[in-house]
Amino acid sequence: MQTEPILRVQGVSKAFPGVQALTDVDFEAYPGEVVALLGENGAGKSTLMKILAGAYTRDSGHIYLGGEEVELTSPHQAQSLGISIIYQEFNLVPTQTVAANIFTAREPLQPGVGRVVKLVDRRRMEAEAQRLLDIVGAHVSPTALIRSLPVAERQLVEIAKALSFDSRVIIMDEPTSALGKDETEKLFEIIRNLKAQGRAVIFITHRLNEVFRIADRVVVLRDGRLVGTAPIGAVDIDKVIGMMVGRSLSQMYQKEPAQIGDVVLDVKGLARAGAVEDVSFQLRRGEILGFAGLVGAGRTETARLLFGADARDAGEIWIDGRQPEIHSPEDAIRAGISLVPEDRGSQGLVLLLSVFKNEVLPNLSPHSRLGLLDGATLERQAAEYVQRLNIRTPSLEQKVMYLSGGNQQKVVLAKWLMSNPKVLILDEPTRGIDVGAKSEIYALMSQLARSGMGIIMISSELPEILAMSDRVLVMCEGRVTGILNRDELQNQEAAQEIIMSYATRHAVEGVPA
Amino acid sequence: MSDITVSPPRPAPRSTWRRVLRGQEIGIFLVLLGMVAFFTLATGGASGTFLKPTNLTNIMLNFSWTAIAAFGMTFVIISAGIDLSVGSVMALAGLAAAFLIARDKSPFLTADGTVSEWAIPLAILAGLAVGALAGFINGLLITFAKLPPFIATLGMLQIARGIVYGLSQGWPIQNLPPNFMTIGRQNIPVAGVNFPLPTVIMLVVGIIAWIFLTRTAWGYRIFAVGGNEQASRLSGISVTRTKIMIYTISGLLAGAGGVLLTARLGVAAPTAAQGYELDVIAAVVVGGTSTSGGEGSILGTLIGAAIMGVLRTGLNLIGVEAYWLPSAQGIIIIAAITLDQWFRRRQGKPTGFAHWFSRGGK
Repeated sequence: MQTEPILRVQGVSKAFPGVQALTDVDFEAYPGEVVALLGENGAGKSTLMKILAGAYTRDSGHIYLGGEEVELTSPHQAQSLGISIIYQEFNLVPTQTVAANIFTAREPLQPGVGRVVKLVDRRRMEAEAQRLLDIVGAHVSPTALIRSLPVAERQLVEIAKALSFDSRVIIMDEPTSALGKDETEKLFEIIRNLKAQGRAVIFITHRLNEVFRIADRVVVLRDGRLVGTAPIGAVDIDKVIGMMVGRSLSQMYQKEPAQIGDVVLDVKGLARAGAVEDVSFQLRRGEILGFAGLVGAGRTETARLLFGADARDAGEIWIDGRQPEIHSPEDAIRAGISLVPEDRGSQGLVLLLSVFKNEVLPNLSPHSRLGLLDGATLERQAAEYVQRLNIRTPSLEQKVMYLSGGNQQKVVLAKWLMSNPKVLILDEPTRGIDVGAKSEIYALMSQLARSGMGIIMISSELPEILAMSDRVLVMCEGRVTGILNRDELQNQEAAQEIIMSYATRHAVEGVPA
Repeated sequence: MSDITVSPPRPAPRSTWRRVLRGQEIGIFLVLLGMVAFFTLATGGASGTFLKPTNLTNIMLNFSWTAIAAFGMTFVIISAGIDLSVGSVMALAGLAAAFLIARDKSPFLTADGTVSEWAIPLAILAGLAVGALAGFINGLLITFAKLPPFIATLGMLQIARGIVYGLSQGWPIQNLPPNFMTIGRQNIPVAGVNFPLPTVIMLVVGIIAWIFLTRTAWGYRIFAVGGNEQASRLSGISVTRTKIMIYTISGLLAGAGGVLLTARLGVAAPTAAQGYELDVIAAVVVGGTSTSGGEGSILGTLIGAAIMGVLRTGLNLIGVEAYWLPSAQGIIIIAAITLDQWFRRRQGKPTGFAHWFSRGGK
């Protein structure tokens, strides 16, 4: 491109305690260009965006805006320089109106004395908000409360807010993750508009097919470094994935065949109103049973019912031919079920506590005598698992919050392996962790299966499901819509299609479950 | 945080001594030493008033009941809760004990008009039981009625105080048997220094609380619940049981403090321990236990209580009128919490106080 870039980032680095988040990153955005910023979770995209938005300060490097070097010291200042960011999590005040949110801290004021006492000119604010909402095509009243809006419309309000700053650079962090198909189309239309006006749009997404529809150029980060940048015409999906993960996918999954034994878990007619209906299946020793389905299909809910985290309305849970009482996670642990929950930070770990304390939490009762804990044994076991799972931590006393996502996930696994379960349920076990840790977790799953554990793996990543599962159970709208056995998984492309059709269709009569 | 490289492993500190030094306690311990040094110099140096053994043991005596209640409060605040009722519960426990043994009230009078000997242990147990019961009810309100701890214990503060006023009809209960008052007034000679019995009891309770918090499964659960309630539940911890236990212990220890206070003063006044909840909370937060939950220590609380005790006596000795004392305490509390929140923000830890007012806890 011949023109000068609007935004130029040069040699930017940023470290957090124990983590080098960005190393010497360069990239540019030109007027009228849509740049897709890609990378795995933890590649440094969010850190980079937060630096550009003024939320973090960089450790070193330079940022140029319209050819002039700028210091971005606060979100407010970045906005006034013309950089707006639309975060994945919303930054709207739910109890305020749409107009008030768009003009937070910049409300138009009444003339004269009104200016002095900061009397807000509501009519002007609402009219201006209406104009911006029209531009983004949101059918929302400026006086509506944010609380009352569906997620997709909140997203549009965010975009309207970004437009109100007349920004030259607009950053969108996974803007489509909450949007449906039509809304995504509308967003793309808006992006094309912004582009036509000569603004630069930086677009972060995990949906790679969207990249090829809307982006002019891709910039790929991995482990905090720039891997490469290429015009969209020069790459295809495989090439982009290769850049993102740094190795081919086949090396990552380490599935070894395990001896499939007796039924260890037998679930009959599990139900909870509004979440799960009539879920039945069996799990055998040594088996990895994949749970596929769309988000909200009832997979996590099923796992929580099995684990006693939620109360079931109906259904039987048999373990090794017996039917233990399971009314709480405590009961489930005693019965030999463990759950690695989908959200490490809020459900799997106490981030403030040490690696040691997190590991021993589910395993306190068997190791306390007269109330006192057998510290030496616990410590030895905890250290053993740190070594066995290759958890990279300076010591057992390190607070878990300072570990990387992959190592945090391994701590969650360690704590459950210490309790020696018969059935291990993994809910999105590799979400948000780096490639190296991912492949270690796959290897560990294989190894556990070989040792005779029954494993349920809930995953929204089809390649992972296909590569690791012995059988795949598919859910849709709270029901089991199909189970694929081993033979059906041989042809991966066909299996993928079958899974997708089960996942998008409500159970029909006669489906084997 | 991102998932990238982790700094290479380094060996864990081995010795207990290094662990103590590494801990948060060292900072406030230095503050305590600094205050002691200041008041020593301000009152005539090493041979002056401040460092006299009687003065030091007096300071310790004066914060003994606060510290005992503060050990229980440490559990509460680590669990991301708050217990505002401890002052009233202290008074109620003291009153309950006094009712059983005061010469003009006791149901256990002997023929010669004195109170029978075995009524004294019974009175102590009754005081402890009343405290534990109040705490237990707090626990039930927080877990089953799902009230925010701030509200539940604020209610208990008023209820307990009302019961104290009602039962005593506003009059102090006196005429307690000398053998009961001995508990508050006896000295135990250790290495030539006479330590007041309440101080010795405080230290023993402190050691038990420290072991409980750091060496038992219950202690681990308190930290876990305060750090992340949801993750604790999903780790098989009964959050309900843990919280009820925590508030019961807080009530029990407040009761113990109340009984000791009554024994020391020789009277159960209806206004006894009024406002003590703030002294108790102050000792805990000055001692470095985080108001955001999940972090804290008994040793820190002991030092925190000592800081507040040294401040009280020290200001008095250098001639500051007692009227000004609350202001000085207020400054210390604000400084302690400001520093705590500031450090937490820098370390990327959660901050804020919303959990005290929220139904679900953290």
